Amino acid sequence: MRQEEFEQRYQPEWKAFQDSIEIAEKFSRRRGDNQKVLDGFAEHYRQVCYCLALARERQYSPYLIQKLETLVFRGHQIFYQKRLGIFKRIYQFIVFGLPNAVREQATFVWIATALFYLPGLIVFAIVLVFPELVYAVVDPDMVSNIESMYDPTADRLGRERQSDTDFMMFGHYIRNNIGIAFQSFAGGIIGTLGTQFFLIYNGVFFGAIDAHIINIGYQETFYGFVAGHSSYELTGIVLSGAAGLQLGWAVIAPGQFSRKQALINAGKRGMVLMYGAIFLLLIAAFVEAFWSSISSVPPTTKYWVGGAGWLIVILYFTLLGRGRRV
Amino acid sequence: MLDTTREVEVPEGITLSLPVASLVSRSLAFLIDQVISWLLIFVAIQIFQFLGRFGDGMILISIFVIQWFYPVLFEVFYNGQTLGKKVVGVMVINDDGTPIDWSSSIVRNLLRVADFLPFFYAFGFISMMFSRDFKRLGDFAAGTLVVHKMEQIEKDQKIALDGLAPKVPLTLEEQSAIIGFAERTSRMSNSRVNELAGYLGPWLDQEKIKQGAESSAVQLTRIAKWLRGHA
Repeated sequence: MRQEEFEQRYQPEWKAFQDSIEIAEKFSRRRGDNQKVLDGFAEHYRQVCYCLALARERQYSPYLIQKLETLVFRGHQIFYQKRLGIFKRIYQFIVFGLPNAVREQATFVWIATALFYLPGLIVFAIVLVFPELVYAVVDPDMVSNIESMYDPTADRLGRERQSDTDFMMFGHYIRNNIGIAFQSFAGGIIGTLGTQFFLIYNGVFFGAIDAHIINIGYQETFYGFVAGHSSYELTGIVLSGAAGLQLGWAVIAPGQFSRKQALINAGKRGMVLMYGAIFLLLIAAFVEAFWSSISSVPPTTKYWVGGAGWLIVILYFTLLGRGRRV
Repeated sequence: MLDTTREVEVPEGITLSLPVASLVSRSLAFLIDQVISWLLIFVAIQIFQFLGRFGDGMILISIFVIQWFYPVLFEVFYNGQTLGKKVVGVMVINDDGTPIDWSSSIVRNLLRVADFLPFFYAFGFISMMFSRDFKRLGDFAAGTLVVHKMEQIEKDQKIALDGLAPKVPLTLEEQSAIIGFAERTSRMSNSRVNELAGYLGPWLDQEKIKQGAESSAVQLTRIAKWLRGHA
């Protein structure tokens, strides 16, 4: 078949296919457009693929081949797009996706936990015994800043914030904490080094500050403030660390896969933990901004709420979603 | 061929050659996106600054969302293109040629941080220069590819010359050479055009040339038109 005949024979089908592609590519679709796209899309798509294969085999002109290639590519993009269904997927993720993922990747989660808490506990113990060593770990300005934040003798009204200030702090916590979690995940790609640094650095920082607060006797205000959101925030940090470690480990020990493929797999698994970290850090930011900051609630209540938070987090990750799969 | 294309086999049993986008076009798209996100942040500040502390919170949240999710939202909802990519004419797809999804897009955009290390995208630059498909670290981890968006080409209606079918069937390579020649004639001197066309003289329709009806170069241009689809 000559090229001209070939083009004339199939041109109507190509045109129809191109029309439905153009409808499907439009961002805003009118009612009934979807049906127009669906009618005969698969048949047309296969037909164009067949034509492209023929055109290549018969060495038709580059113009025709390029035209068909573009058609196939655009059709392929539409044919193989994934269904979004975002609300259902978020629900499934919270009810069983996340706890299952955390249990499946328990090794990385436990290693991240150890990297975060162990150095922190060691520094905590050291600073309790040698109080002046806090200045070796934390910048003196930062220490005095934190001291003034949790000073129980300070003007109570000054710490009682307006609710619109709470919202500002909510924004601040989201930007700051989740941003740090993202960086910790990304840093993992350098053979886990970035993540390790992040986990140990933050663990040591928290350990030193905790011990220092006890040394100067500000426990009540400090623990009253941090108790409520600690469970979500610390677990969120650990999860982002676990995701970063996973990424780096794929680079160090890819196992049966090529490094490239191992990295892609680790990215997919790590992303589930990252979604979890974002989820927990959002809760933490919310609690920290709107609950922890209320100074009229007695510390005992705050301790109980904090304890309940830890119980919820532990039960969530150990019990929920067992035996359920997407 | 020296072209930077990536061959992807699709389930229909054919291969697509995707034109991979290079460092220059990607950097350009990045710079445009950077300027746009600064503008968006500026606009957010202008809108929320009158709402007091609540507005401050909204500003911080907007900055967070724009910083981390501006590229993600565009890539997922706008056919794999941020605004900068749209201007430059490139798009992000998965390695297997399918459209990019949430996870891949988030992974590749979060890992910008790693690409940025140790200063101004040094790791990303090195990674792109050493990888076959100009991938930065984020592209490796997400399994994504940045390609030039293929535009649908249509027949040029405004033609002064008629197409002319070649006397013998040509291989694709020969066809591309002739089309390449025809596309470049406007950028070469006449004597150079005639010199190059002269090499193919014996192979062309000698009768017309001998009659003085047209030169070898014109005849080649007509053949090129025919090859590109002008009957």
